[in-house]
Amino acid sequence: MGKTIFEKIWDAHVVATEKGGIEVLYIDRHFIHEVTSPQAFSELEKRGLPLFRPEQTVATADHNVPTWNQHLPIPDPLSRKQVNTLEENCRKFGVTHYGLGHPHQGIVHVIGPELGITQPGMTIVCGDSHTSTHGAFGTVAFGIGTSQVAMVMASQCLLLNRPKKMRITVNGQTGPGVFPKDVILYIISKLGTGGGTGHFVEYAGDVFRNMSMEGRMTVCNMSIEMGARGGLIAPDQTTFDYIKGRKFAPSGEAFDQAVAYWKTLPSDEDAVFDTEYHFDAADIEPMITYGTNPGMGIKITGRIPQLDEVSSKENFRKSLEYMGLQPGMSLLGKKIDHVFIGSCTNSRIEDLRLVARIVKGRRKAANVQAMIVPGSRQVADQAREEGIDQVLREAGFQMREAGCSACLGMNEDKIPPGEYCVSTSNRNFEGRQGPGARTFLVSPLLAAVIALEGRIVDARTYAELADVL
Amino acid sequence: MEKFTTLQSTAVPLPIENVDTDQIIPARFLKATSREGFGENLFCDWRYDSNGQARPDFVLNNPLYSGKILIAGRNFGSGSSREHAAWAIYDYGFRVVVSSFFADIFKGNALNTGLLPIEISESFLQQLLSAVHANPKTLFRVDLENQELAVPDRGLSETFEIHPYKKMCLLNGYDDIDYLISLKDRILAFEEQKPA
Repeated sequence: MGKTIFEKIWDAHVVATEKGGIEVLYIDRHFIHEVTSPQAFSELEKRGLPLFRPEQTVATADHNVPTWNQHLPIPDPLSRKQVNTLEENCRKFGVTHYGLGHPHQGIVHVIGPELGITQPGMTIVCGDSHTSTHGAFGTVAFGIGTSQVAMVMASQCLLLNRPKKMRITVNGQTGPGVFPKDVILYIISKLGTGGGTGHFVEYAGDVFRNMSMEGRMTVCNMSIEMGARGGLIAPDQTTFDYIKGRKFAPSGEAFDQAVAYWKTLPSDEDAVFDTEYHFDAADIEPMITYGTNPGMGIKITGRIPQLDEVSSKENFRKSLEYMGLQPGMSLLGKKIDHVFIGSCTNSRIEDLRLVARIVKGRRKAANVQAMIVPGSRQVADQAREEGIDQVLREAGFQMREAGCSACLGMNEDKIPPGEYCVSTSNRNFEGRQGPGARTFLVSPLLAAVIALEGRIVDARTYAELADVL
Repeated sequence: MEKFTTLQSTAVPLPIENVDTDQIIPARFLKATSREGFGENLFCDWRYDSNGQARPDFVLNNPLYSGKILIAGRNFGSGSSREHAAWAIYDYGFRVVVSSFFADIFKGNALNTGLLPIEISESFLQQLLSAVHANPKTLFRVDLENQELAVPDRGLSETFEIHPYKKMCLLNGYDDIDYLISLKDRILAFEEQKPA
């Protein structure tokens, strides 16, 4: 029987299999950031242990950093302490650190790929659930807790139960205005927030084959939002072309050898999955969430379900009350207060280019505060080089510096209580963007058009947008 | 890690589904560099209003309910990988969380924290919630060795699954780091033969 890509990578990293089937999995790359690493470093110190493989560990500051004036000391004393602690720990334990001010600083899941650190066939972990992003390159990448961060620091290994295998196939051609974000929001709306629990997902089919690497990262990023351990897409020419020439990618002969290996990774034709789903691309439309988990999504022209159409009635009621919405209503025309374009889901150069094309020569609505937070310093620099930041500023968007920002509202970028934010991020949980904040998750396309209109609209109804749809 | 063998306690009911880790501990409280003190902000935005006043309708503010067992709705702990969620529950004083379904990362984090996640059937969960609602003084008994959760007064019990390795760790207070360190020679041998 053939193997799936997941099995090929996992099997190649098993150091030992223990009683009861628990496996010792070797980790190729460990990304760390300021929020989930300090207690792990303390654990090493408490036990007098060195960091086993510092050269396979990369650190950056992203979750807790301000997105203004990054050249100045961080005003919030707790944030400053956490960011400084990371820097000190990295110095002490010999870890490469891309801190504030470093040209490689940025959201950990944006910088790994753009620096060429993320490569097919690797096992990658980070104390962050969106580590699944790296799966876009055909890696086994997943989020871990701080105790596990300490385990990887101490041994470069984890003790794990092997997840089950799921394949989600989407074939056919998506319609106008449908972006990778819509594809993944659609899948999550079908499977629910627990639908992938216990599984590692492979995304297969035309729709993912035809996506750019940025689009694949958006899809894999949100695997965790259906509860999956991770999600991946088999590497192909698009992957190899993206990696070639990047700072830490292999070069010359080593690159050719690597590609030869990467080409062996895709799932064998006779590989078997524990669970399979098939969707038709033609059924997918631009999506928006209406509730307080990413599974509560509808097409932009759709209506919020009626109470008798949902299974978790109490949750549904609680969710709509929090959002200030009613069952059965359409979201079209709903006035909004904020637009946030950023996060490890949609803050890459491709996203910023798309937004710039839409807003060029136009102005955001007066009732909207619009904020763009590039995923990394490199993305910000690239945007400046291409003149994108100028276009966005002229349209009334605030251009910020790189970080996680209002995706999770750990820094001062919070949405005020009761206000509505259309966001390109990944989570619409209660209070996620600030206590009482109300979040609608959408693609960068919808976010841009909604920023201009000040209310929720269907981008497909604008004739002047025909060439970007 | 503290040992866990048996526990007899009253329980706190939280019959809400899909409780995500942003509810358990909101991100703005993740700025600490130590593991302690997160219990203070457990379920902060459900527990307190915007002026910091306790919301009387939230179960942790209801003096009728207390105990070391939290009984929660389906799909508990979804979302962020923050282990701080498990630390907050533990720091508040809970030692067991019962649900009919747990998110993967939360479950692993709980086990690594010494907090026992017990996954039971949806019907048993509903029975437990009825029992605690009918009488908040109801005693629940957890026996890890025999993998059993019981309500002795009501003659109810159900067994639960736990990985034998994780069970051994909890019963003895061991953690994975010691174990992984003991495998160092094998890890070095693995690195030796692994293609670059």
